[in-house]
Amino acid sequence: MAHREEKALVDLRQVHFAYGKREILSGIDLTVHRGQLVAIMGGSGCGKTTLLRLIGGQLKASAGSVTVDGQDMGQLGTEALYALRRRMGMLFQFGALFTDMSVFENVAFPLREHTDLPESMLRDLVLMKLQAVGLLGGHALMPSELSGGMARRVALARAIALDPMLIMYDEPFAGLDPISLGVVGQLIRRLNDALGAASIMVTHDVVESLSIVDYVYFVSDGRIVAKGTPDEIRESKDEFVHQFVHAEPDGPVPFHMKAAPIGELLMGEGGQ
Amino acid sequence: MIRNIGARVIDGVWRLGFASRFLFLLLRYSGQSFLRLHLTLREIYFSGVLSLLIILVSGLFVGLVLGLQGYETLQRYGSSEALGVLVALSLTRELGPVVAGLLFASRAGSAVTAEIGLMKTTEQLKAMDMMAVNPIARVAAPRFWGGVISMPLLAALFSAMGILGGWLIGVAFIGVDDGAFWSQMQAAVDIRYDIVNGVIKSFVFGVAVSLIAVFEGYDCEPTAEGVSRAITRTVVSSALAILALDFVLTSFMFRG
Amino acid sequence: MSRSTIDLWVGLFVLMGGAALLFLALKVGNLSAASFTESYTIEARFANIGGLKVRAPVKVAGVVVGRVADIRYDNERFEAVVSMAVESRYEFPRDTIGAILTSGLLGEQYVGLEPGGDERMLKAGDVLKITQSAVVLEKLIGQFLFNKAAEAPQP
Ligand SMILES: Nc1ncnc2c1ncn2[C@@H]1O[C@H](COP(=O)(O)OP(=O)(O)OP(=O)(O)O)[C@@H](O)[C@H]1O
Ligand SMILES: [Mg+2]
Repeated sequence: MAHREEKALVDLRQVHFAYGKREILSGIDLTVHRGQLVAIMGGSGCGKTTLLRLIGGQLKASAGSVTVDGQDMGQLGTEALYALRRRMGMLFQFGALFTDMSVFENVAFPLREHTDLPESMLRDLVLMKLQAVGLLGGHALMPSELSGGMARRVALARAIALDPMLIMYDEPFAGLDPISLGVVGQLIRRLNDALGAASIMVTHDVVESLSIVDYVYFVSDGRIVAKGTPDEIRESKDEFVHQFVHAEPDGPVPFHMKAAPIGELLMGEGGQ
Repeated sequence: MIRNIGARVIDGVWRLGFASRFLFLLLRYSGQSFLRLHLTLREIYFSGVLSLLIILVSGLFVGLVLGLQGYETLQRYGSSEALGVLVALSLTRELGPVVAGLLFASRAGSAVTAEIGLMKTTEQLKAMDMMAVNPIARVAAPRFWGGVISMPLLAALFSAMGILGGWLIGVAFIGVDDGAFWSQMQAAVDIRYDIVNGVIKSFVFGVAVSLIAVFEGYDCEPTAEGVSRAITRTVVSSALAILALDFVLTSFMFRG
Repeated sequence: MSRSTIDLWVGLFVLMGGAALLFLALKVGNLSAASFTESYTIEARFANIGGLKVRAPVKVAGVVVGRVADIRYDNERFEAVVSMAVESRYEFPRDTIGAILTSGLLGEQYVGLEPGGDERMLKAGDVLKITQSAVVLEKLIGQFLFNKAAEAPQP
């Protein structure tokens, strides 16, 4: 990729983060350029959502720097942070739709809050976004009437409502059937190219994501353990990557959370 | 044991500090609640209009009971015409603001806590924050002001309804003289001293209950259990706050 | 619930609340009762005010014309100073007498004014020249007994 280093839209350097005493991220380096669609993969609970929160400025790194569009997220005041966030979109892992508003109002929310568009234009924009995620017919429904997959598609429409420069998707494919999965994948790709934006996607869907993304980072144990373009990843001899791409239970990615061996725990319980 | 108490005290102080900072932020970001009035109107609907029924019905019943009991006592001293005074003063000074405040806390305050707590649990507040919309300005402040505006109106309705209830029992059923009932009341009830002070009380209670409700929702632990605990805390602390504030305010207002 | 129906309900609610406040102010509190009407202050000095309280009525010929605004003790002349807010529409001669009276045998105490015959009228800040202190029951009884005792051995 012929991107110049200083043009990076998102730049993480040696980022550390801990919830209380428990260190989640220990030295992450990650770079995303304009026009790029980047995937982040890693085992459940390895800190991917946390990473997105750090980029969005909702969490502060305990060491290292998070830079978005040239601004250090750790140093920004509320005003500047909000100004920057207006140009970011985030799809939350669990949708986080506003339960007291209809689907239409959910997608209209960022537009109503940040623009003074006349009602007719706002309506057109919202319906276009809903059309893009295939839910035009459901604009009058309330979130409680949606299925899980529908809800995250609405959340996706909401995340892209303001045509942001940086879009973060936390597991956009979870709960989607193969058809919508393909459509949403293509949508994410096309949107990124049409807006000239940068996109970061957390996903477990290796096949689908390798077909659309420009670059992949693998996270494990608080570090980036592998990275590369989809072609490099497919060819990779790295055992971590191999395990992930081919979904093998045994390998460097632990399935279990750190704990004493189960035998010991069970014995302990039984012995008492 | 002692360490436990110490930890609880420290936790309490910490929460008090957070609550003060929260109030400061709430006031600072209140502009939107008035610039975009429909946000606040919506909350007046939820906390005010939807509390109307319980307030009116309870007001009527409290008035009926006051009428009965008051008559019982007064007629022993041969001054049953003073029934109007007794009913009006008890309601406008104390019962109106206090009982309406307690009802308001359990009807509207708990609902506000539940709503905000649930929004927190489902990450709606975080999503809003991520969309560069301040949740304190967009979610908390309109609910706060909706409550602050509703509460004095509800208390006034409660008192008015109660006085009508007292009249119903005293004049319409028992047969106290209608003219004496009203004229004695009017002679004894002072607008500034009794009624305005009552309205001030209900306003203060409105501020306290709304602040507690919004804060507990905002501060709750984001789980189903956390939300239910927050609701309980809203009702309990609101009731305590109302009674304590009532004592303080009464001792300032009605000393003469 | 659409926005306009909410507006309607809120409007109704505010109207009802306003009506309740108005009802309390007019029908229960009797707005004309001196609180918000314009008034001027006059003072009176009493040797003893008995149980007079702030906000007690000031009456002339049985009609309430004002209220007691403040009660102080003057440590130089050893007297109580009572300020009264009297409604501006009433005027009284300068030689009006102030007295502390009791409504009924055990009722509340109030200030009764007895207008004199002076041409000039009391102005704001004026002090009543002649006053009559509260009747203190114990003193009265004490005096009565004392007089009786003093009378007895004479004849
Ligand atoms: N609010 C929190 N307080 C304390 N620990 C937390 C909190 N949120 C997350 N964690 C911990 O941080 C770790 C990373 O969480 P995160 O949500 O980033 O994982 P993830 O990679 O997104 O996992 P998944 O793929 O399952 O969504 C987890 O082990 C979790 O236990
Ligand atoms: Mg996650």
